[in-house]
Amino acid sequence: MNVRQWSRDLALGVRFALGGGREGWVRAVLTAVGVGLGVALLLLTTTLPTALSVRHEREKERADFTYIYTPTKPSEDSLVIADNDTEYQGADIRGRVMEPEGADAPLPPGLSSFPATGDMVVSPALKELLDSPDGATLRARLPYRITGTIGERGLVGSHELAYYAGADGLPDRINPPDVARIDHFGSPTRGDESDPVMTLLILVVFVVLLMPVGVFIAAAVRFGGERRDRRLAALRLVGSDSRMVRRIAAGEAMAGALLGLVLGAAFFLVARQIVGTVEVFGISVFPSYLTPHPALVLLVAVAVPAAAVGVTLFALRGVVIEPLGVVRTAKPARRRLWWRLLLPVAGLAALAPMIGQGRGGGDFNEYLVVGGVLLLLVGITALLPWFVETVVGRLGQGAVSWQLAVRRLQLSSGSAARMVNGIAVAVAGAIALQMLFAGVDSQYSKWTGNDLTRAQMEIRATGAAPVAEIAEGMRATEGVRGVVSIADADVGDARDEPEHSAQVSVGDCASLREAAILPSCREGDVFYLADTADDTETGKLLTSGKQLYLNPAYGSGDSQAGTVGWRPPKDLKQARSRPDPTGVERSGFLITPSALPSGAADGLRGVVYLSLTPGAEDAQEQVRNTAARLDALLRPETLVSKKRTAEFSSLRTGLFVGAACVLALIGASLLVGQLEQLRERRKLLSALVAFGTRRRTLGLSVFWQSALPIGLGLVLAAVVGLTLGTVLLKMVGAGVRIDWTGVLAMTGFGAAIVLAVTLCSLPPLLRLMRPDGLRTE
Amino acid sequence: MTHPAGSLLTAADLHKAYGPTVALDGAEFSIHPGEVVAVMGPSGSGKSTLLHCLAGIVPPDSGSIRYNGQEMAGMSDTQRSALRRSEFGFVFQFGQLVPELTCVENVALPLRLNGTPRKAAERAALSWMERLEVDGLGRKRPGEVSGGQGQRVAVARALVTDPRVIFADEPTGALDSLNGERVMELLTEAARTTGAAVVLVTHEARVAAYSDREIVVRDGRSRDMERAV
Amino acid sequence: MSIGHTLLGLLESGPRHGYDLKRAFDEKFGHDRPLHYGQVYSTMSRLLKNGLVEVDGIEAGGGPERKRYAITDAGITDVERWLATPEAPEPYLQSTLYTKIVLALLTSRDAADILDTQRAEHLRTMRALTERKRQGDLADQLICDHALFHLEADLRWLELTAARLDKLREAVTA
Repeated sequence: MNVRQWSRDLALGVRFALGGGREGWVRAVLTAVGVGLGVALLLLTTTLPTALSVRHEREKERADFTYIYTPTKPSEDSLVIADNDTEYQGADIRGRVMEPEGADAPLPPGLSSFPATGDMVVSPALKELLDSPDGATLRARLPYRITGTIGERGLVGSHELAYYAGADGLPDRINPPDVARIDHFGSPTRGDESDPVMTLLILVVFVVLLMPVGVFIAAAVRFGGERRDRRLAALRLVGSDSRMVRRIAAGEAMAGALLGLVLGAAFFLVARQIVGTVEVFGISVFPSYLTPHPALVLLVAVAVPAAAVGVTLFALRGVVIEPLGVVRTAKPARRRLWWRLLLPVAGLAALAPMIGQGRGGGDFNEYLVVGGVLLLLVGITALLPWFVETVVGRLGQGAVSWQLAVRRLQLSSGSAARMVNGIAVAVAGAIALQMLFAGVDSQYSKWTGNDLTRAQMEIRATGAAPVAEIAEGMRATEGVRGVVSIADADVGDARDEPEHSAQVSVGDCASLREAAILPSCREGDVFYLADTADDTETGKLLTSGKQLYLNPAYGSGDSQAGTVGWRPPKDLKQARSRPDPTGVERSGFLITPSALPSGAADGLRGVVYLSLTPGAEDAQEQVRNTAARLDALLRPETLVSKKRTAEFSSLRTGLFVGAACVLALIGASLLVGQLEQLRERRKLLSALVAFGTRRRTLGLSVFWQSALPIGLGLVLAAVVGLTLGTVLLKMVGAGVRIDWTGVLAMTGFGAAIVLAVTLCSLPPLLRLMRPDGLRTE
Repeated sequence: MTHPAGSLLTAADLHKAYGPTVALDGAEFSIHPGEVVAVMGPSGSGKSTLLHCLAGIVPPDSGSIRYNGQEMAGMSDTQRSALRRSEFGFVFQFGQLVPELTCVENVALPLRLNGTPRKAAERAALSWMERLEVDGLGRKRPGEVSGGQGQRVAVARALVTDPRVIFADEPTGALDSLNGERVMELLTEAARTTGAAVVLVTHEARVAAYSDREIVVRDGRSRDMERAV
Repeated sequence: MSIGHTLLGLLESGPRHGYDLKRAFDEKFGHDRPLHYGQVYSTMSRLLKNGLVEVDGIEAGGGPERKRYAITDAGITDVERWLATPEAPEPYLQSTLYTKIVLALLTSRDAADILDTQRAEHLRTMRALTERKRQGDLADQLICDHALFHLEADLRWLELTAARLDKLREAVTA
């Protein structure tokens, strides 16, 4: 067998695929679309690292490092900048208010000049939002004139909402890290410190997303296999030998794959543009970010057709193509378990040595990680045919629909398993990752202690807007149900550098009740909290008999605003502490405002907690607007019960999106297979209808036919996924806990696909069940 | 013609068109219990369509079909399906056995569709297979038996529900004459012993010769040869 | 069918009386028309004259049926030659039915009706043969099949003619 012979036969197959009449075309196009979708997904996935790093680069370049606590002097190249991020209808808006102090003040990336006071430069997406009726409320919050747009260089996504506004008077309000004087943009961090756990996560996510795409491409090149077999038999009849026929078949598959590459490139380019116009889970990118590495493109271009040829030759291994038809080797050898177990065991063996290495910040061997995960997941594709065959072979009798489905599966459990392989791999990977995510959740996110039933927003008072003013403004704001304002201060036993000191909370009776359990309360009352375990200072202050001072200074020598003498009243009441809406337990004294000595109010640092009317949709936006009106630098925060680091959450959403895409893709290939099978059984279906078979029976049998293998696939996927998850968790040294919601979500996803495929194949089934199929003339 | 008295299944003035193709253009039909009637005619004459209408598989565009005195035109698809399940049996030329079910399961299928438990259904199926001399094939799948055997299995399946009417559309079309005649012999004999009527669509005169009388369909119109003579 | 050759062939297995010969013939070949004694007698005397058979013995009482005939070597050769000679296929070029159809067309009568009537008649015969076949033995079945296939051929011709009546009308009335 020489190269000439090979290429001649392959070329014949290609010609056969493209020139095989309408049927040949349909098959080639079907394969091409399938492969194309796979290739596009493959390319998109391979661009993700580039896209993420470009985003990261941009983010770094525009960073304003405001953690400068040592006072600096204004200079020619200094700029005072205030972080004024806000949130609008759930979307984050990056806001900066700036005041250049000299001619050489650094200009942020994407801007051509500084906006004048009262002007702002906005991102295209923000401009669009502000111009739309949707943005009316936001318009009121940003009282600046739009004078320009931020260039792509200054944004990390096509849909990012951002603005730079000009203001004056900022130097007086420097208060790092919210307001600071800087002399350059750009993050000072020296490169990335790679977190081994994060590296592991990214590696696994990629493997998990790419594996099913590979499986899908392998399935796509086998679309229409049975018809092709018949054509190959005809080729044998005119004198091709069995090897030539195999090569011709491979050529046909290659034609589909090549066409698929072209389509895939087209899909990719389209998807790239579409991706540029959409925003997923708060992340958008510019199309230019999605440029795959040339080496990866080359790899895809070579690997896909080669894989198509390989898969076809492999699939034909158990098939004898005779001149008069295709004979599948009568009884295929019973599938053996032992070698199928080798793969996952080898995978586990590759991962085992790394158990526990994540805790010490040690490195993982990337090759071993990828190899191990790959082996485990590939192991599914090896185990599944055996598993399906063994289980289906043992299934008993049931209703007619069940019997039809089971018998069908018993005859061709292999092809059923092939169909499901992709889903099983995707689900197993996703389950493992879910578990890993849930397990390391504690490392990357923490409970905030906020009690969302008591307050949903929090505003820290600024110098320009004291607590009382905020509280008053908020009470008048639509959608605000309750306002709790508590101001914080200290009390000590000396004007400066007190020996003992305690916390002071100032608020009206209703507000104080949010921080303590009061026996009774009237305006003018003062309470002390003596029961807090870690605080003995309060008692010492009370018993020392010394003169006490509110707002004492702590050694800075500067005169502290609002430092006044204070003596606890005789009728001091005792109260018991309770956690405030943010979970903090207070100690020291509680003072109602009228009991505060005059002059003390200046030194108070206040916080206002807001509870919003349930169901008041716009309440948060109204609160933010009121706050902006009171002081542009006020930053109301929405209380959340859990905080997660940004990188971690984007990886997690990435997995969700990816898994959804992959599963949908596999659902599509399942559907194609199902439809093909139905078309081939047109006559039989009509005959079954003729003798009175109910549509329900046939519909159910179609359902069982995909539900059974997918169900089995999901079981296997769950087992492998949980195993992999456990190993990965042990690798990062986190406690092993099964994330049942993740398992349920992923298997539910799989089940939804069964339903969708069944539903989508019902209309053609009903059409095929019309008696027209009986007409032979 | 009106519906003759004593007929089991009659049709009058049937019209049916598939798009622009007129398949039936005023066809008539009647059959008595226990009678074997051959429907003959050239290809494309509408004989299969006549059978499909008579069996309630497709509704005619117009005309009347009565089974056992009951008008079938007024029945819903569900009712017609139920009628086909319980009262009719079917044999087609090919493509009718479910390839993944064993032969005995294929024969038992109509009974199971009617709700008979599996064991009982397969017992009945085996006894019919015995009568059709294919009881040795019970555990084989249709792909593993010869055409003639497969067709006998199909006949057994048509008979297993004790139908009142058996519809056979070119039942020997894919068989050689020896196998074809054996199938016809077994079919007509079984029908005679159970008293079932047989509507036999065929273009082969030798197969039609197993009937008691024949009607000829030409251009969608039927002609009862008994009356013509 | 050549009765002489058939009787000769029957004699090849051993000498027989004339009556035996008739019985054997009727049993095997005479389904529709049994032989008369006269036919056997006249045929045997012709064969005797031609030296293809000889009289093997005569039983008391006289008469042709008492003679026992045996085949001669010349007779065996003759049977052999007959069997080896193929029968001329009958071309059926003179068909009454065809004549009827053309006449009907020429006289503007309903030719299709003639065809249908003929077809019904053919089928009636076929039905009878089929019924006989069902009850008969293998010999019966073969004989009936022979007839059935011929009748079927006729029927096919009837079908074909029916489908081409319009063209035929044009051809004969032109």
